[in-house]
Amino acid sequence: MEKFIKIISKAIPLAIENVDTDQIIPARFLKATDKKGFGDNVFRDWRFDKNGNTNLEFSLNNDLYSGSILIAGDNFGCGSSREHAAWALVGYGFKVIVSSFFADIFKGNALNNGLLPLQVSPSFLAVLMKTVKEKPETKIEVDLENQTISLSDINVSETFEIDAYKKTCMINGYDDIDYLLSKKEMIEAFESLRN
Amino acid sequence: MSKTLFDKIWDQHVVDTIKEGPQVLYIDKHLIHEVTSPQAFNELKERSIPIFRPNQIVATADHNTPTINQHLPIKDKLSKNQLEQLSKNCFDNNITLYELGHKYNGIVHVMAPELGITQPGLTMVCGDSHTSTHGAFGAIAFGIGTSQVAQVFASQCLLLKKPKSLRVTVNGKLKKGVLPKDVILYIISKLGTNSGTGYFCEYAGNVFEDMSMEGRMTVCNMSIEMGARGGMIAPDETTFNYIKDRQFAPKGTDFDKKVSYWKTLPSDIDAVFDQEYIFDADDIGPMVTYGTNPGMGIKITETIPKENNSSFKKSLEYMNFEAGSSLIDQRINYVFIGSCTNSRIEDFRVAANFIKGKQKADNVTAWLVPGSKQVETQIIEEGLKEIFENAGFELRQPGCSACLAMNDDKIPKGEYCVSTSNRNFEGRQGQGSRTILASPLVAAATAVEGKIIDITKHLN
Ligand code: SF4
Repeated sequence: MEKFIKIISKAIPLAIENVDTDQIIPARFLKATDKKGFGDNVFRDWRFDKNGNTNLEFSLNNDLYSGSILIAGDNFGCGSSREHAAWALVGYGFKVIVSSFFADIFKGNALNNGLLPLQVSPSFLAVLMKTVKEKPETKIEVDLENQTISLSDINVSETFEIDAYKKTCMINGYDDIDYLLSKKEMIEAFESLRN
Repeated sequence: MSKTLFDKIWDQHVVDTIKEGPQVLYIDKHLIHEVTSPQAFNELKERSIPIFRPNQIVATADHNTPTINQHLPIKDKLSKNQLEQLSKNCFDNNITLYELGHKYNGIVHVMAPELGITQPGLTMVCGDSHTSTHGAFGAIAFGIGTSQVAQVFASQCLLLKKPKSLRVTVNGKLKKGVLPKDVILYIISKLGTNSGTGYFCEYAGNVFEDMSMEGRMTVCNMSIEMGARGGMIAPDETTFNYIKDRQFAPKGTDFDKKVSYWKTLPSDIDAVFDQEYIFDADDIGPMVTYGTNPGMGIKITETIPKENNSSFKKSLEYMNFEAGSSLIDQRINYVFIGSCTNSRIEDFRVAANFIKGKQKADNVTAWLVPGSKQVETQIIEEGLKEIFENAGFELRQPGCSACLAMNDDKIPKGEYCVSTSNRNFEGRQGQGSRTILASPLVAAATAVEGKIIDITKHLN
């Protein structure tokens, strides 16, 4: 996993609530047996119509917007547990998703892939969404070490929460398997006690 | 200190606690399927990590399988490859697999309970969000991502923060024609799709106590649709009787011993929950959804609410419905009875009971997809197949099918499908398809009438 410390980037607005994982990556693209290539199909049915024509109204297709931060509406990532959603977002180039609420499983999947699900207050989200929509060139700074997200142009910022353990993993690029393997003896002892 | 059902099971499975961090939770049973496991197998292989406890894993092929001609080679190359990978991975790692055609094959959340693999007091996971289904037995069961599938492969454990507890109580007597599916659709319509996030939900009250295991599974199945990681119902005599004598259930004195342990599991009377909701059975009616998330549901006799926000409008636009209108008399061309929510024998009995002696409407394509091989066999043995076929319904072979439309079972663009599945997201049943979630009874009635009817008027 790549290390995540600080990111300064422009952002793409996605002012839709309850974005479910079926929208992030439709089921018909889940037939692969590796993690590659999902980025091409992220938000497939919003980006393209049935005949493959680009939907220019969709923000990811709008040349005005770019960057590795996605600003999304409330309750992002609900629905299926498919980690393919996280792979698709990472594959497309996102490093941070900002929303006022994330579904549980998606949040875990994102963190396990070095993608930061950054939860802000609804009022901060509204400011962020409006600013990015109106001034696409706005730079956003996400500082994981200090747990802040800021818009230096207009001098607003907010702190965000992240589990201390997950933060350490993200900053160092560790994953849970490394940790669990280090506990193997303890796990075996637990098993023998139960039997 | 008094404990909830959830606390009791969770606490018995904690291997270690990281200071100010997550806990290491031991997993008893790991279910896998073809879609969310290959990358996890690859990961272990790449890192040269062996599978730690292969005999605690059970695999099935369900998401991506055809529902006709299962004996023939699979036509879709990618699907075929995915299934072959699963077989190879299971073979290489000594994992039990019920592959396509096996007598135990079926949707993961249908086959495990019916084989007696699912039992009270267990921790169970699967790379599928509807793993919450197994909570019907008083187990802690929840869906995980593929990275976590790899973690369980490597260590039979997961790193998790203990979720908060939520209890939904429904007391009273359900009206005629109101099924478990209506109860859960009603609860989600009242609470919304993210009210359960961060919680594990226990369902309590005499409505659930009086429910069959099939009904309880339908309810727990959809816990995830209100955002909860899982749902559970205290084990009782109904649970024990269901498990008894199933293939992998404990037998003889082992079973008796287990039962006495299982009896210690229900929440203590004075246990405190972080959040509580109470509903009255009398207020619940047959439900339908009108929007693009499972929380957008109404009683079939109600009209679509009026809400002034862009996501709501976008949703109605997608469905081509108008705020304030009723769904009754809405013409429907597709009906799907299946999915891990409603593809158990009881669901087909309900449908058959309504359909018997009637005919499917000409405009309707009606697919009946059993949840497992065993359910399929039961349908035939109980004579339901005949009823369905005489009425013009198409009985298919088991699998997830049109629930997520990964295989060829897709609803065409713009068409409405009254479906017994669990998700009405945009395009869930095929690109541009429009899903209306309902009970097997409402689905069967829709197929017969060719439109949505007020089922309450058709029950004697
Ligand atoms: S039937 Fe549908 S919800 Fe259930 S496991 Fe299959 S795809 Fe998932």
